[in-house]
Amino acid sequence: MSLLVDGTSAAPTGAPGQPGVLAAPVVAGTRRGRTTSGRRTRIRPGLVAAGGFLAVVLLAVLWPAALTDVDPLAADPFAVLRPPDGAHWFGTDHLGRDVFARVVYGARHSLAIGLAATGLAVTAGVLLGLLAGLAHRIADEALSRTFDALSAFPMLLLALLFVAVAGPGTASLIVAIGIATLPHYARVARAQTLLVRRAGYVRQAVAFGSSRFRLVLRHVLPNVVGPVPVLAVIGLGEAILVASGLSFLGMGPQPPSPEWGAMLSEARNYLRVAWWGAILPGVAVTLTVVSLTVLGRHLQRRFDGRDG
Amino acid sequence: MGRDPADGRGDRDGTRLRPEPPARLRRVPRNRLRRVPGTRLRPVLRRLGTGAVVLWAAATAAYLALLAAPGDTVDSIVGDGADSPQIRAQVVAEWGLDRPEVVQYLDYLWRLAHGDLGRSYLLQRPVAEVVGDQLLPTLKLALAAAVLGVALALLASAGTAGSRRPWLRRVTSTTELVLVSTPPFLIGIVLLSLLSFRFGLFPVAGDRGFAALVLPAVTLALPIAGLLGQVLRDGLDRALDEPFVVTARSRGLHERAVLVRHALRHALLPAVTLAGWLFGVLLGGSVIVEQVFGRPGLGQVTLTAVTGKDMPVVLAVVVLSAAGYVLVSTAADLAYLLIDPRLRRS
Repeated sequence: MSLLVDGTSAAPTGAPGQPGVLAAPVVAGTRRGRTTSGRRTRIRPGLVAAGGFLAVVLLAVLWPAALTDVDPLAADPFAVLRPPDGAHWFGTDHLGRDVFARVVYGARHSLAIGLAATGLAVTAGVLLGLLAGLAHRIADEALSRTFDALSAFPMLLLALLFVAVAGPGTASLIVAIGIATLPHYARVARAQTLLVRRAGYVRQAVAFGSSRFRLVLRHVLPNVVGPVPVLAVIGLGEAILVASGLSFLGMGPQPPSPEWGAMLSEARNYLRVAWWGAILPGVAVTLTVVSLTVLGRHLQRRFDGRDG
Repeated sequence: MGRDPADGRGDRDGTRLRPEPPARLRRVPRNRLRRVPGTRLRPVLRRLGTGAVVLWAAATAAYLALLAAPGDTVDSIVGDGADSPQIRAQVVAEWGLDRPEVVQYLDYLWRLAHGDLGRSYLLQRPVAEVVGDQLLPTLKLALAAAVLGVALALLASAGTAGSRRPWLRRVTSTTELVLVSTPPFLIGIVLLSLLSFRFGLFPVAGDRGFAALVLPAVTLALPIAGLLGQVLRDGLDRALDEPFVVTARSRGLHERAVLVRHALRHALLPAVTLAGWLFGVLLGGSVIVEQVFGRPGLGQVTLTAVTGKDMPVVLAVVVLSAAGYVLVSTAADLAYLLIDPRLRRS
């Protein structure tokens, strides 16, 4: 994953869409010579911590009752805005709901939105990128310009436009973020397709008389998809970040759903007396995104190392 | 992108036995004939043309989104006000809603090209006025954040590039990672609860005076500094491995001079391409930051318009931001051509 694979940032015509596009070269270039020299066997504490935290988050998504037996929606009018203590690890919010339980159950909302949006972006992006890479020059140009136009919008604004059209809610949030992050994957897939198309095995398959459909499905697509999963891990973090921002603005899951960004937005009004309700859900977002980025970068380094 | 001579277009069907010579070689004699105007102008013109196409596409896409929006335009305009068939007919006539959609679209493009952004459904005022009123506070915030962010990134990257002080480098890059991964509203809320509520150093909300600008600008600047710092340090590291750095050192230059005068120039080149991204972050981030700090500005206008389905305003913000992006990234690309003579030649 170098700058050149992306095909946009290197040329002066390039439109660097999102930070995610840029996260790639930052990693690939950083001290490449030093990381491959026998460091691979060393245990990286950062990576272990990231993996551990992600495991906890995953547990919270799949089986939140394992982490807390408190109902995230149960309000207790006699325990309002309590600071963190033994009974309420993260304190309580303005309705007396347990903040820890809400953060745990909120993982499901935040991660589901991020995963679904990234899945949508990857699927549609790879397909469109593949199409652009295989298509006639004019169609390719049209698709590429569409990606450019899409990434000309700030991601948040594009999502806001979509929400303005479709109304707030989880579903429109997913589609909005999916569309906003799509050009990134489409560009990578297109550049990969252009590379793969010229490869010897594709020509050989042509010579053997493979049908066009089979050719694309069996030979081109698997080799185009290669770098995408690693990008998707980093992209997932970004999607979660944008999703939390949008639900902070009230565009996502509506209350009383315990979504991290929405919790922050609610607790903001009580910031003067109770910092925990606002800060701790935000810390959960940050830790998740940092962990995903650390993991993604590690995978990227390994991937780059193997592919030379 | 499709113009890349290495993308294999020439022999897609495999019928051509001998590959064409690279475009660079082919073009040499022609370049020599009319060297200066042709080579300088063409990339510039092409860049401007691309910008125009992107702008048109953005305007059209936004318009299509508007058409696809559920709900009747007349309903949105009438809103909670008095409603009767006569009023509805009047609205339809006044806004020209009875014309065919294609005509309405062409009319919209025509007006847009003349700088007419339409009228707000909710406020019943020209959109240009609504947006123009709120432009200044956002511009102030964005400029302050951009300057601060770039300055911080330069300091952090120049201070830690190369292999000196590895611990400092590790601390800085971890900080940058955390800053990039933190939602901007969390940074704002942490700053608010520490500096405003706990110590009372800065006002909690509003737009009066310099003190009210400090926290929002810092909030917006920190994620920018995080990402720019990463890119710049990466560029510096690469530049410090180049032979010209060895030459500079062998001439007896102080390490700081090598860094600032030679390596930094190289590292700045990739950072210039980020200008378009920077614009997007500033604009998108200001929506959130203005919300956190209760500042007036474009972000508030956008948010009100989105929640109120005030489509002309939403449309205007979208088109304006696309225009700003195209302008900034085109300027950055042209600056790139100016800075790096190698790009001009190829």
